[in-house]
Amino acid sequence: MLNTFVAVLRRDLLLAWRGRADVLVTLAFFVIVVCLFPFGVGAEPNLLRAIAPGVLWVAALLACLLSLHRLFAQDHVDGTLEQLLLSSEPAVLWVMAKVLAFWLSTGLPVVAVAPVLGLLLDLEQGAYPVLVISLALGTPILALLGAVGAALTLGLRGGGMLLALLVLPLFVPVLIFGAGAVEAELSGTGATAHLLLLGGGLAGALALAPWACAAALRVSTE
Amino acid sequence: MLEVHDLACLKGDRLLFRGLALRLQAGGLLRVAGPNGVGKTSLLRLVTGLALPEAGEVRWRGVGIRRDREALHRELLYLGHAPALNDLLTPLENLRFACAAAGDEVDEENCIIALARIGLEHQLDLPARVLSQGQRRRVGLARLFLSARRPLWVLDEPFTALDAAAVAELAETLSDHCVAGGMVMLTTHQDAPFARAPAVLDVGAYAC
Amino acid sequence: MSRPDRGPSILRFAAPQNFYPLAGRLAPWFAGIAAVLTVVGLWLGFFVAPTDATQGEVYRVIFIHVPAAWMSMFVYLVMAFWSAVGLVMNTRLSFLMSQALAPTGAMFCVVALWTGALWGRPTWGAYWVWDARLTSQALLLFLYLGFIALTRTIEDPRRADRAGALIALVGAVNVPVIYFSVQWWNTLHQGASVSLTRAPSMAATMLAGMLVMAFAAWAYTLAVALWRVRPMILERERHAEWVGAVLTREAQRQGGRT
Repeated sequence: MLNTFVAVLRRDLLLAWRGRADVLVTLAFFVIVVCLFPFGVGAEPNLLRAIAPGVLWVAALLACLLSLHRLFAQDHVDGTLEQLLLSSEPAVLWVMAKVLAFWLSTGLPVVAVAPVLGLLLDLEQGAYPVLVISLALGTPILALLGAVGAALTLGLRGGGMLLALLVLPLFVPVLIFGAGAVEAELSGTGATAHLLLLGGGLAGALALAPWACAAALRVSTE
Repeated sequence: MLEVHDLACLKGDRLLFRGLALRLQAGGLLRVAGPNGVGKTSLLRLVTGLALPEAGEVRWRGVGIRRDREALHRELLYLGHAPALNDLLTPLENLRFACAAAGDEVDEENCIIALARIGLEHQLDLPARVLSQGQRRRVGLARLFLSARRPLWVLDEPFTALDAAAVAELAETLSDHCVAGGMVMLTTHQDAPFARAPAVLDVGAYAC
Repeated sequence: MSRPDRGPSILRFAAPQNFYPLAGRLAPWFAGIAAVLTVVGLWLGFFVAPTDATQGEVYRVIFIHVPAAWMSMFVYLVMAFWSAVGLVMNTRLSFLMSQALAPTGAMFCVVALWTGALWGRPTWGAYWVWDARLTSQALLLFLYLGFIALTRTIEDPRRADRAGALIALVGAVNVPVIYFSVQWWNTLHQGASVSLTRAPSMAATMLAGMLVMAFAAWAYTLAVALWRVRPMILERERHAEWVGAVLTREAQRQGGRT
């Protein structure tokens, strides 16, 4: 059973490595969006410090959103998706492998770069661990929910905008608890509750999203 | 074995065919014929379970495939229009992945042998994007040598872009599979030198 | 292509050729009920109900606002229900029903937001505050818009049906999560914000007016959805023989009238 999972995971990571320019573009986008904020709201350190958690989270969310279309598009065009759907192994398995590979190649770099960007916005020292943990718990949820949207909009014209319209409302709770965790840490109330809720959300998304995504892929390739 | 009853196919909002029935027994070789756009590829996709029929049923070993899709997919090899080849991977990587994704355990050695048999021994480590159309098609066809234990082969235009020698060899492979008790269902516009003339199903006869 | 009748049970109406005339017969009745209830409800709300002690006359917008907000949430649930039925039972009519409901649900969302803004201006001093209910209402509107955009963008009708049904279900699972998270966020950021809850002691006439308006919204939704679903059925089933018969009959009636 694990064979298919491992095969898909290994192949997608290999593809991400061979096409690593895409990953770098995502990271560059993340960095540049964060850098735009001081130009927009002014470079007043107190203001930047106050909005830092929200800005970092929104930028990470957008970076994740903009790379979602890559998740199934190529496989859809070249016929690999059909072959995967004809696998004798359950579709949920390889969907999870694809989402995991996507997160490892897109979400994880974003999580890794976020603290550096925190420095640019003068985020307070104590908040860094919570920032990293909240992103590490939150971005997989974004990837799982986004995978459902990416599967539904597969091959549609204007699919990118439609994908954003479909998944952004679903991303709101993740943003609230993710950015909220960092702010709660800064305000001294402690981030435990937020992080537990994010963890719960991740468990829920892991349990439900792969099924919805597999069903959506069947619908979209029919 | 494979039975199709009263099948109707809707594409977009156009009804392509209806009342289509077919039966494929062990050892059977069926050629799906008909002009372009009549629904040959759609029929193959319905048979594999990739698409759902508007009416009617596809049964594999007596059980409807909507009820037990996995039973069919364990014994099915489908090669569609798109060769399922990623340009960034080598033919060998593509083939190994295709087998693993389908749920077959195939080691690298057998993959190399299969690719050599189909005439790609010098392209093993080249990225797939430099291959010609015919060579790309061959990478997909190499799976035939590794899927003998899957009895039902459903092939969409397998002869396209192949040279005469390759066509002859492929026809022989398909005939051998049928002799060994397998089943082959294919679409083609070419005459291929099969050992035994295939049965022909004209989809146009059921067109709406 | 004609399917066998499923006997005299209620399921018979799941067949499009039976549902089409039924919907045509029921829709005017619901429309009539909606019109009567709206008149009664507005009369109760604007003329009978007493002026509110703290808010004055402006509170009367709740007779439209609250039923619209209720209805917008309820319609989403009904949509998700029909989507689930469609996916499980593979009945095309269920998908059509959920697609016929979506614009009405979105409309009620807009009405609720609009009247909320009108009420908010004199009460809070701003058209929009990031109140938990207003915010979740706006997110609900986006869920409706996503559903409508997705089903309209996909050209293959069957894919559109199923994809729409899936996103409706995903949305329905997420609505409580969204609502809870927005509530949580709101209490953290705004402290004690002005809440939309009504004064604890509400006059009986106020409640009556609101309930009548809520029933009017129900009847309106049913009428509009039934009306909207009829041409959708004809379009989908246009290869079936009964549709040809219906169209010739309607053409004759039109011809006889002129």
